[in-house]
Amino acid sequence: MGSTSARNDGDDGSTPEGGRGRAGHGRRELLRRSAALGLIAVPATGLLSACATGGGGGGGDGATAPAGEKTEKNPLGVKEGAPLEAFIFKGGLGDQYAKDAEADYKATYKADVKHTGTQQVGPKLTPRFAGGNPPDVIDNSGADHLDMNKLSTQGQLQDLAALLDAPSLDDPAKKVRDTIHPSTVEKGRHGDTFDVLYYAFTIYGTWYSQKLLESKGWAYPRTLDEMVALCGEIKKAGIAPWTYAGKYPYYVHFNLFAQIAKIGGMEKWTAIDNLEPGAWTSNDAVRQVVEHYEELAAKKYFLEGSQGLTHIQSQTAWNRGKAVFLPNGSWVENESAPTTPDGFGMAVGALFDGTGDAMPHGTLRAEPSEPYIVAAKGANPVGGMELLRIMLSRKHAQNFATKVKSLTCVVDATEGMSLSPGLASASKVFKEAGDHLISLQLQEWYPALTDEKIGGLTGQLLAGELKAADWIRKTQAEADKVAKDPSVTKFKRTA
Amino acid sequence: MQHGKYRFIVGFLAPPLLVYAVFVVSPFVQAFQISLTDWSGLVGTARFVGADNFVRLWESEEFWNALRHNVYMLALVPLVTLALGLFFAFMLNVGGRRRPNQVVAGVAGSRLYTFVFFLPQVISITIIAVIWFNIYNPDPDDGMLNSLLDAVGLEGLQNAWLGEKSLALWCISAVMVWGHVGFFVVLFSAAMASIPRDVYEAALLDGAGRSHTFFRITLPLLWDTVQTGWVYMGIIALDAFALVQIMSVNMGGPDGATDVMPLRLYLTAFRDSQYGFAAAMGVAMLVVTMAFAVLTLRFARRERIEY
Repeated sequence: MGSTSARNDGDDGSTPEGGRGRAGHGRRELLRRSAALGLIAVPATGLLSACATGGGGGGGDGATAPAGEKTEKNPLGVKEGAPLEAFIFKGGLGDQYAKDAEADYKATYKADVKHTGTQQVGPKLTPRFAGGNPPDVIDNSGADHLDMNKLSTQGQLQDLAALLDAPSLDDPAKKVRDTIHPSTVEKGRHGDTFDVLYYAFTIYGTWYSQKLLESKGWAYPRTLDEMVALCGEIKKAGIAPWTYAGKYPYYVHFNLFAQIAKIGGMEKWTAIDNLEPGAWTSNDAVRQVVEHYEELAAKKYFLEGSQGLTHIQSQTAWNRGKAVFLPNGSWVENESAPTTPDGFGMAVGALFDGTGDAMPHGTLRAEPSEPYIVAAKGANPVGGMELLRIMLSRKHAQNFATKVKSLTCVVDATEGMSLSPGLASASKVFKEAGDHLISLQLQEWYPALTDEKIGGLTGQLLAGELKAADWIRKTQAEADKVAKDPSVTKFKRTA
Repeated sequence: MQHGKYRFIVGFLAPPLLVYAVFVVSPFVQAFQISLTDWSGLVGTARFVGADNFVRLWESEEFWNALRHNVYMLALVPLVTLALGLFFAFMLNVGGRRRPNQVVAGVAGSRLYTFVFFLPQVISITIIAVIWFNIYNPDPDDGMLNSLLDAVGLEGLQNAWLGEKSLALWCISAVMVWGHVGFFVVLFSAAMASIPRDVYEAALLDGAGRSHTFFRITLPLLWDTVQTGWVYMGIIALDAFALVQIMSVNMGGPDGATDVMPLRLYLTAFRDSQYGFAAAMGVAMLVVTMAFAVLTLRFARRERIEY
């Protein structure tokens, strides 16, 4: 995820279930400590040379990293026996799939692989990057992920061009670059350097139970207006049409932002991603979509109390048939498996048509997700890339699909497999969408803006406390504020 | 025996003091140093930017908003917690019906109550936050509070609780009160036990009732303990990080309605990778906390009563 899926699969990281909440030191310590300061500040000053910001360097860099012989079987030149360290985000997708790939690496190169599965990639690894001894491969996902933009600008990320140009594991005649989806290559760039491999594909959309729709004789709506009409019928039947994860309002943005891009077109969305002045207010699609949500809220089409639900609670309510539709991503099938009843018929629908759409019906938001990075200053960057090459083989892509019910960036890896209902539905809409895929950068680049600021506004919009016009005006103001803030690194996209 | 006494003491004290200096005092001093830089926290280099971070902090609406919530809590949480703690401790120790041969006694079953009150103290704050998050779950069937209201016929009071802008901060404050009352019940009980019985006896002979006894005798004699409790509880209210971080909607929401200073600091450091700015917030928090503690100790002073 860039952040997008990062946040998603990761959200369990940000929830109590994830068991976080490290309260810092009790502030009461402050009193004691400051008293102590006066007491021993003088003898302590000599120790301050070991300063937190004084570190850096120290680790190996690409030049001194262990290298082996480059052969046909070992195109990157991995050194046999050189240990490898992998840090894998363990959220909605677990980390077993990565362990399986590590086992193959271990067998091939007779090397120790040190594996850490965690939900706190950022807090755990920040000091290691600062200290110059980062692990080799990192699945930088979850709510607490590392800031890849900063890492990239500071030269901490290994350029993965060598991996793209290496022959693939299944067919030496094919380069890795030709086996993965082009949008993966596109999204993994910082400037001209490809340094992030988004291993998975997340399909975003409106999730529902095929069985429930069929049993009531409802059809998945094609347009926003049809959706409103259907919601009226659903409500009459005594079910809530929609629910959402109010505790994490960015779940709503998965669809809301994409819907704006579909109706208004990618050119206008690019202006939004680039924080251009007036990008929100001048785009009529924004008005259409936000007014649609305002209408849903005004007609009470959201399950009552949704504004306080976690993603897990909203998924559970949806699994139990309390609500019909849910904005979510394709990790939901794996994550909600414990509460999904048999024969639920999990399915996902693409974006809806508005009026004067720039993109055709069936347009889908599909994002490369699960960002894998290799640390340039790690002990074994070549080994890190080799592990990714192993993961990009058909065997491991299929293993991933089986284990976590999600698509990988490896094209057509799941051909001929029998897929779980949600994954099958996701593959189907993915195929139908063809080239009409939407990929958004805003949340990835400016999470403080989208999750905290716009998320707060969206929460109010869906609770019926904010009018669409105000949402647009305030969102524009927040975006302008970020555009003017010199402490936030800015990014530009051209398409 | 006096010979080498100091060398002996210093020899034993040096190692712990050294550890303390390296691991507690030096990071503390470094926080001040880092607050003057633009350190991202991701690399080993930083630029000195002087007081820029503090200027930004002064102009930051989010930080003022967070500080305001901390101040609301500071005004309310210690007051309610200590008042409840005093009331319960009084009832458990002095407020009961008089039995023959006893000057003062607690209400019936006071031992059990003490145990029940103290229970939250032994549970980790994280677990408390998760439990209460689920109590506040807005789902009318799954949320304990909402289904309880339903069961007693008060459906009208059902609410989204933590998802409700006007209520969320008070829902979290209530948990804070609930979690700390027990500690003060025990603390005040211990202090009350040291008040000589004959003082009460004299008051009772003069015909003092419960409320007179409390306001004229118990409270003045406990003042020192109350004052200490006030500072302690105030510092907890100025923190509130764990509860807000776990319970609040959208990290300090809805729409910033439950944001607190430590959460701001945490997000600035770990989400936005601006350690320098976050360190400046830490320094600001230190100033606020110290100011509160000093003012409390300065203005709550009363003459000590010897007994």
